[in-house]
Amino acid sequence: MLLITCPWCGPRDEIEFTCGGEAHRARPQDPAATDDAAFADFLFMRTNPKGLQRERWCHSQGCRRWFNLERSTITHEITRIYKMGEQPEASADATSPARQGGQP
Amino acid sequence: MKQPFRTAQGGRIDRSRPVFFTFNGRQYAGHAGDTLASALLANGVHLVGRSFKYHRPRGILSAGCEEPSALVQLEKGGLTEPNMRAPVVELYDDLAATSQNAWPSVEHDIGAVNGLLSKLFVAGFYYKTFMSPKSFWMKVYEPFIRRAAGLGKAPTEGDLDIYDKMHAHCDVLVVGGGPAGLAAARAAAASGARVILIDEQNELGGALLSADELIDGNPALDWVAGIQAELLANPEVRILTRTTVTGYYDHNYLIAAQRRTDHLPRRAAGKTARQRLWKIRAARVVLATGAHERPLVFADNDRPGVMLAAAARTYANRYGALVGKKVVVFTNNDSAYEAAFDLKIAGAAIPAIVDLRPEAGQGLLERARNLGIPVIAQGAIVGVKGTKRVAGALVMRLAEAGEAFADTQPAELECDAIAMSGGWSPAVHLFSQSQGKLRFDDAKACFVPDVAAQHQASVGACNGSFELGACLAEGLDAGAAAAEAAGFPATAKLVAPVAQSRAFGTIKQTWVVPSLRPVGHGKAKHFIDFQNDVTAADVALAHREGYKHVEHLKRYTTMGMATDQGKTSNVNALGYLSTMLGTSIPEIGTTTFRAPYTPVTFGTLAGRDVGHLADPERHTPIHAWHVARGALFEDVGQWKRAWYYPRPGETMEAAVSRECRAVRESVGVLDASTLGKIDVQGQDAVTFLNLLYTSAFSKLEIGKARYALLCKEDGMVMDDGIVARVGPSRFYLTTTTGGAAKVLDWMEDYLQTEWPHLKVYLTSITEQWTVAQVAGPKARAVLEKLTDTKLDKESFPFMAVKDATVAGLKARIFRVSFTGELSFEVAVPAHQGKQLWEAIFAAGDEFGITPFGTEAMHVLRAEKGFIIVGQETDATVTPQDLGMGGMVSRLKPDFVGKRAYTRADTARVDRKQLVGLLTDEPQTVLPEGAQLVEVSDDPALTKGGTSPLPAPVPMIGHVTSSYWSPTLGRSIALALVKGGSARHGQVIMAPLTTGAVRCTITGPVFYDAEGKRANG
Amino acid sequence: MPAGTGGSSIFLALDGAWFLIGDDLMSELDRAACTVPLGLSAKAFAEAAGTRLALAELVPPGALNLRGDLADHGFVSKACAVLGCELPRAPNSVQSAGELTVLWLGPDEWLVLTAPGGEISLAERLEEALLETHVAVTDVSGNRAHLRLKGAAAREVLAKGCPLDLHPRMFKPGSCAQTVLARTSMLLHLLDDAPTFDLFPRRSFAPYVVAWLVDAMRDHEGVFLNAA
Repeated sequence: MLLITCPWCGPRDEIEFTCGGEAHRARPQDPAATDDAAFADFLFMRTNPKGLQRERWCHSQGCRRWFNLERSTITHEITRIYKMGEQPEASADATSPARQGGQP
Repeated sequence: MKQPFRTAQGGRIDRSRPVFFTFNGRQYAGHAGDTLASALLANGVHLVGRSFKYHRPRGILSAGCEEPSALVQLEKGGLTEPNMRAPVVELYDDLAATSQNAWPSVEHDIGAVNGLLSKLFVAGFYYKTFMSPKSFWMKVYEPFIRRAAGLGKAPTEGDLDIYDKMHAHCDVLVVGGGPAGLAAARAAAASGARVILIDEQNELGGALLSADELIDGNPALDWVAGIQAELLANPEVRILTRTTVTGYYDHNYLIAAQRRTDHLPRRAAGKTARQRLWKIRAARVVLATGAHERPLVFADNDRPGVMLAAAARTYANRYGALVGKKVVVFTNNDSAYEAAFDLKIAGAAIPAIVDLRPEAGQGLLERARNLGIPVIAQGAIVGVKGTKRVAGALVMRLAEAGEAFADTQPAELECDAIAMSGGWSPAVHLFSQSQGKLRFDDAKACFVPDVAAQHQASVGACNGSFELGACLAEGLDAGAAAAEAAGFPATAKLVAPVAQSRAFGTIKQTWVVPSLRPVGHGKAKHFIDFQNDVTAADVALAHREGYKHVEHLKRYTTMGMATDQGKTSNVNALGYLSTMLGTSIPEIGTTTFRAPYTPVTFGTLAGRDVGHLADPERHTPIHAWHVARGALFEDVGQWKRAWYYPRPGETMEAAVSRECRAVRESVGVLDASTLGKIDVQGQDAVTFLNLLYTSAFSKLEIGKARYALLCKEDGMVMDDGIVARVGPSRFYLTTTTGGAAKVLDWMEDYLQTEWPHLKVYLTSITEQWTVAQVAGPKARAVLEKLTDTKLDKESFPFMAVKDATVAGLKARIFRVSFTGELSFEVAVPAHQGKQLWEAIFAAGDEFGITPFGTEAMHVLRAEKGFIIVGQETDATVTPQDLGMGGMVSRLKPDFVGKRAYTRADTARVDRKQLVGLLTDEPQTVLPEGAQLVEVSDDPALTKGGTSPLPAPVPMIGHVTSSYWSPTLGRSIALALVKGGSARHGQVIMAPLTTGAVRCTITGPVFYDAEGKRANG
Repeated sequence: MPAGTGGSSIFLALDGAWFLIGDDLMSELDRAACTVPLGLSAKAFAEAAGTRLALAELVPPGALNLRGDLADHGFVSKACAVLGCELPRAPNSVQSAGELTVLWLGPDEWLVLTAPGGEISLAERLEEALLETHVAVTDVSGNRAHLRLKGAAAREVLAKGCPLDLHPRMFKPGSCAQTVLARTSMLLHLLDDAPTFDLFPRRSFAPYVVAWLVDAMRDHEGVFLNAA
């Protein structure tokens, strides 16, 4: 079970959170002007990388705030946690098993 | 009672306290401090069970959790537990154990015929034997496999014990209370860190409990006692004994199973939690889990009396039980010499130490000579005499190179036990579970931790450091380092204790000992995996058949797949496979280690989440009233909702009809408190709601409500409810009962992530309000008695919302209807709900006011064609499919779901659409979920039952709701039918097992299509 | 001492643990406001004094959910003026003044607790003072039940179902947290070092929570080597 540091409440067990999937998939500004292919891409397609992925999480049993985190889909190492609206630079690759797990 | 194999003195048993127990119905005596295994051995009992596949007689192999052979069934009835490892079962008064996998008795087991048929039971026998004919699978093969597989008997009665769970947090978790773990815990605790020290045995000390080592010149157990006292005195240290860390998961989350009362007589079962699951989050972990000795793989190495050398030493030193009077020791390394010496000192004769190596470690030969123990260098045991108990060992000397023998005939050494050592395997299970990478240490012939993946350190024997001095030093360093990393730097440098040092020496990698006839020939078997009966011949066969990858080998032979997870067998199998492949073990790799490390009871995993605590029941403030009125309840999510209120002797159908009639003809009351409710406030509330719901609210007046739909981005209906405007920038929303939490989270998601600029606050008020839905022609008359607010049609029209005082309570009244009747929903703060409820019933008494439950509510709404989300919808249904296109705004430039309606798939005209169905035969009530097809004469469809299967028939829809309508005096149904809105009047059919039911497609509204009654 | 405020409590003896529900001095209305429809005598209350662990259900306080922007000085000053109490800014912290207690729920969300019935006028005064401000004041007095768990073993009892680290180093008096207890969400507030925990489950979950706590309390003496 992951230990996730809520940007407000601090480290909490994964069971207090819900995962909202891949982050930074903005809803089209003008959906009506979005063609079918682009809209289908928004609706159905996800990157599903092997390695670092940015995800949206909500501290649903706590402060109910949504935030982003960056996590290795291989090691589950959490490399960044940041608030909605922020978009920090990419982390160094955390896929190496030699990297220490746990919290950033 | 005599215990013929008890030593004269010594050990950690209490010889003044006898403990009586039974094994296979016969009574024996042991002592307090014994395990079941040590007590059996003290009584000379080696034959404990029969093996899994061949039903070979089996004894006790080990003295620890790695035991593959000595599995017993403990106790009976509601206390019984199968597959208990005798070496870790602590003896208690009146313990009752029986052998497993043996019938009629362990002495005379009929299944042993399998041993004669062993050619049928070779590697992969499941796949080879049970292949064909196909029809045999269900009736012959599967029942056979189910009977043959498994070891003990699963309990058939409810468990009398209770179990619970505990969360724990610490700075440093130390797993293992041997020398390395104790040193680590001591160092970490000295820094002020919060420490949890866990050990699976009943007392701390680990391997020191079985040995005679000195630390700082004193007996090692004095040092253990000193550390234990120091740790106990520290309030920040928690010591858990009889506790096994069974799983190591992400972010240093570990699971441990504690046996709290297993060592006590079972009389107190059910009083206190017998076992406890610990869920531990540790900043740092120190693994000091020790090592397991490996067997040597030689001919008939599974005979009762053949056991691990260190186990024999443990039984002698710790438990005062001799494994035999004459014990031959067989080894490929130095460690077994200590066992031989201690056994000799404890009173056993040692006919010989048979050493596969040409030369033993320094000083050992001299010590053997002083004790009068002959050593046969470069020797091998090539056969074992005796079946139910070792009677002798056949020994030959090896030629200098390879497999050949130097002797022509074996010498027979008379003995009643054989103590063997094939080297040591560090217990890297937890390290490996945590995703740490292993490496094979060729000199030590074992896998050792290489690269850690989490914040942890491995110390002592589990790190391949087998010498006591190294264990102590590593433990101390790792404990201090872990504490420092967790924020507790050492205050003073601790000095590592000085241990009497015994070199580990060399080991000869002999994976299968040469025997008189080659592996696979003759009757002798060379067991690798004792628990799953996998022999060297099986591994060789699997190799010949092309299974060269270790994971394939494992599954084909079932090696390492039993309850012991191959603790004693894995490395031997890998080693043997590597010799056949002509590669090295590192190239083969090892199989994956998975949790749990040792078996965990289901009870422990369930904890207290059983019975009335299995899942929360949510109650409305009116719950006790419903119970008192005899309501039966329906589960809606976790809510208990009143389903219907049968009078004495009344059937469900009669009760529901009565409740429906009351609403249609007079007045009924529904507890609608469970609906989700959200308070929306802020200057952008209208904008926000316009973006979420399909309809527009800009023109919604204060004091008015509207029924509205929420869709997801894909355009499919997600939830529905009422949107009421209660202020210029304040709305009161309702959601479905099941959707309350989900909808609020979903709204917060949009608010916080898509449109954070909107000034809106959302607050859950689901539980704030008790809601009484008063419905029926007399609803107005009832409420008028309780409020001064004018309720007539002009003052309080349909879909109006007003704050009012009802029965003296501050209330809010919604004139909305889910039944099609005149209806008022009255909401008061939850803690005043019961008052309101009782006032309404008092006021309604003269009208025969009737409580109605969710079943009547479902019937009433179905008569009106009102949908229920999750019943008429299933995440593939759009508002247009439901005939609610009119609720989808065409004017709003954007809302969630809008873009999807112009996608090709959602714009199709032949989508499944909501319709009504009237069966030709009015008495027939279609089952919900029934499939719908075009009318056909095919007897396979029309006759139902077990007639021949029809050719595939296109399914054109399904029934979503179906009831007997008391109002209409006939059945009604709602259905989703392809292109259904254009097919009103057409006949289709539902092919049921009882025959086809013809029905006519209609509009979904069966009653009061003009809506006059609700508007009245 | 057992839990309870103002000597208004009813206890139930269960397997040696004392568990308190409501008050034999409380009015019928107050009793109806509680979630667990049980009640016992004042004698039981007296006998419960001095037990190691007690659980009470108290009459739910008046409660308002307050939303507002901490960066908006107008909001902060006006709200604090009406409340007569600071708004806790640090996550998981509590401020109190007089009979008012304010719990941090989120970066822009607080739970204001006051005497039962006091929420109506407090809400009116807040709304009036904050008329032109982006806030939300919501009466949530019926939203939650109010339980109190007190005694040396209280942390151990909660740890059976709560994943939060409740060690005195980590969770000090004056802390609150929204977390999980057993199979439901829970708002915890640690009042003192006794320790005394106030528990605010969602109202509909209260019967489950009480049943779970009573069950957990029956076996609160662990069998650690270093148990007190």
